[in-house]
Amino acid sequence: MAVAKTSLNPDHLTWQGGTQPMKVGYGKLMMWIFLLSDTFTFSALLISYGLIRYSAPSFKDIMPDMTHKTFEFSQVYWPIPERVFEAVPFLHGMSLPLVFVGLMTFILIFSSVTMVLAVEAGHRRDKADVEKWMLWTILGGFTFLGSQAWEWGHFITGTEGGLLLADGAKVFGANLVQNQYGPPAFADLFFFITGFHGTHVLSGVVLNIMIFYNTANGVYEKRGHYEMIEKIGLYWHFVDLVWVFVFTFFYLV
Amino acid sequence: MSVVSQVEVDTHGDHSHEEHHELGFIRKYIFSEDHKVIAKQYLISGIVWAVIGALMSVVFRLQLGFPDLDMSWLKPILGEWINESGKLDPNFYLALVTMHGTIMVFFVLTAGLSGTFSNFLIPLQIGARDMASGFMNMLSYWIFFLSSLIMFISLFVKTGPAGGSWVIYPPLSALKQANPGSGDGMTLWLVAMALFIVSSLLGGINYVTTVINLRTKGMSMDKLPLTIWAFTFTAILGILSFPVLLSAALLLIFDRSFGTSFFLSDIYINGQALPNQGGSPILFQHLFWFLGHPEVYIVILPALGLTSEIIATNSRKPIFGYKAMIFSMAGIMFLAFIVWAHHMFVTGMNPFLGSVFMLLTLIIAVPSAVKGFNYITTLWKGNIIFTPAMLFAIGLVSFFISGGLTGIILGNSALDIQLHDTYFVVAHFHLVMGSAAFFGMIAGVYHWFPKMFGRMMNNTLGYIHFWITFIGVYLVFFPMHYIGIAGFPRRYYQWSGFETFNTYMDLNAFITIAAIITVFAQIVFISNFVYSIFKGKLAPENPWKSNTLEWTTPVNPGHGNWPGEIPTVYRWPYDYSKPGAPDDFIPQNVPFSATPESNLPEENELIAKEQQIQSIKYDTSIHD
Repeated sequence: MAVAKTSLNPDHLTWQGGTQPMKVGYGKLMMWIFLLSDTFTFSALLISYGLIRYSAPSFKDIMPDMTHKTFEFSQVYWPIPERVFEAVPFLHGMSLPLVFVGLMTFILIFSSVTMVLAVEAGHRRDKADVEKWMLWTILGGFTFLGSQAWEWGHFITGTEGGLLLADGAKVFGANLVQNQYGPPAFADLFFFITGFHGTHVLSGVVLNIMIFYNTANGVYEKRGHYEMIEKIGLYWHFVDLVWVFVFTFFYLV
Repeated sequence: MSVVSQVEVDTHGDHSHEEHHELGFIRKYIFSEDHKVIAKQYLISGIVWAVIGALMSVVFRLQLGFPDLDMSWLKPILGEWINESGKLDPNFYLALVTMHGTIMVFFVLTAGLSGTFSNFLIPLQIGARDMASGFMNMLSYWIFFLSSLIMFISLFVKTGPAGGSWVIYPPLSALKQANPGSGDGMTLWLVAMALFIVSSLLGGINYVTTVINLRTKGMSMDKLPLTIWAFTFTAILGILSFPVLLSAALLLIFDRSFGTSFFLSDIYINGQALPNQGGSPILFQHLFWFLGHPEVYIVILPALGLTSEIIATNSRKPIFGYKAMIFSMAGIMFLAFIVWAHHMFVTGMNPFLGSVFMLLTLIIAVPSAVKGFNYITTLWKGNIIFTPAMLFAIGLVSFFISGGLTGIILGNSALDIQLHDTYFVVAHFHLVMGSAAFFGMIAGVYHWFPKMFGRMMNNTLGYIHFWITFIGVYLVFFPMHYIGIAGFPRRYYQWSGFETFNTYMDLNAFITIAAIITVFAQIVFISNFVYSIFKGKLAPENPWKSNTLEWTTPVNPGHGNWPGEIPTVYRWPYDYSKPGAPDDFIPQNVPFSATPESNLPEENELIAKEQQIQSIKYDTSIHD
């Protein structure tokens, strides 16, 4: 609740049973515990990423004279992310490193802001406001997913030039077994981890649509509280937070 | 979801139960949301799986003990897996070992043990009407059932079930060419385990939440029975470690089916290089054992919790070191997360890292020893009543100590070079975690059977069951230590090709005979169990004169557990043989004001607080 909770029981009795010691209902507790668990799922994936990447050579190991300016793709060493992800829709041929993914990130974080506003409207039990902010959140989620689809599409298609291999064959784009931009492991990890995160976002959007639908039908109005918006909100913020880590690992370092 | 909280709110008005209408058969016994029914569903599933897993061990023990045996008589069951000359197919041997491990660790001692007793005892012992979310609890069981079904179907796949051992290390498990069991059987194994993890997560979240939010008035954390502490720690372990196995399983599925190379690199098959580059099979081992090690505590902690309760009750003495028990379990839980690499000493890991993990591993001996000593000191000079449950609980303590001692040997990274993957390891974990947890589970069944089914089990059959099983387990696993020290490796189909191993053939045959007797002695238990459900002697309300809240319910607790108000708790659960008291037990719901003759000075001061505890209100302004 927006106002500080006044205790029904004196403080020294909080943990004496018979009441909710953390002043939180079981539903929200469950969501927190689930998120802790999911943290470990993502941590395992990101640690796997770190280990595989750390054991792969960087371009400095193979080509001591190469610099960021003269960097060229090869399957022998790990690529520089800002050279891989530099395309933006409708601006074909321009080198705009990390502009598009930055925009995606901004949209996702912005949808967290609208989620906060929906939760706040729920505290005021303002049905119209909850609907409005939930719609914005859903829109943000869909935009992020659409952008990710475009980003994947571009990564899968590759550049016109492709990559010339030692045996004369040419590779275009990336998939789970072949990668124009570097070792296949780079593409494997990229697809798996951003895909796993994208699945979480998709689930989040579905949940958002469900609670929007319930709000619009007055389910929470009748129930007398909008706790469900808060619970799903926790999940949504978590998915955003995970993206910050995924973004850091795949695009920044 | 709001039904439970509604009931909780209405604890003061006794009208809450009049609203319950009779449920149909399907909602009452199949898709039930009642924790007691779900617990029984888990128990019976666990027993069915235990039978399958145990029979598998009989088949591969026959192979190990009598390598020349003609097994044609098994053809009606195993079909093509017994070849023309009556020999067990070597690949099917590997599949049997794999499935025996998987079934016993996950389906019997995780789902069958935690699933049964966490579900049954948490609401009953903390004084709750049901789990926080009955619906999620039902979902948890049925996802487990689906997982069981898939695992069961995998036994009948043409290429056999998974054969890469229960640890499913790639590349063995990742490449179909490696072993017939790495084909469809492995795919089904991974799908079944992914579902199992979802089920365990749903269950674990429910357990922890219920313990936090739904304790009855007065049930502070330091009045919880040790069972509840054990179940809570187990649930936390599962919630935080199973997701890592989920990640590993998903990555492995991609390696197997979609051509990625997370765990594969530099592999040649018949001189042909595979295209996979850049992955690491060691990475999989790290991810696997980050679950795999906590998993052994997921298996043993609930058993230790059940034992604490049973030993205190039947020694008619307070548990020795109640808080020490809690802190040692907490210590074990914490250490469980940071010792996983002791399973990987011989993977070429840095010896310094090995010594760090060795140190952390050996520290576990401290809380484990605290628990061992506390059990013994609880028994010391107790007024012991040897019920079958008590015998099995004492059996657990015996296995936990004798198996734990070899843990100290194996935790040493230098000694592990000799002992790694030998029968010494097999002996160690079958005693300390396999048999000990199994005994805890059986003790729990004997002890809580009256509450589950309203009838008593037959004691004489219980004693027969105990003595054959207890002696049998030692006869099976004790000789394995010698075989292991002699260098016998695990998972080998047969050793008759090695001259040096011939001297131990008789010992292997001995183990096999002991194993067969032990396994078939379980018929005594199963028939006792089934017979007693229907025809057993009717149970009184509190057959063991125990203090905990579940014995304040009616003989057959209905939906909501207590017909009237939930009892309020005033004292800890171990007031046995208290000086001055007329009876040798004082249940938790008896206030100190009613027992002036036995109160200690500090307890007399608590009488003033009783009014406050009674006035605690469930906060209905907090929404679920």
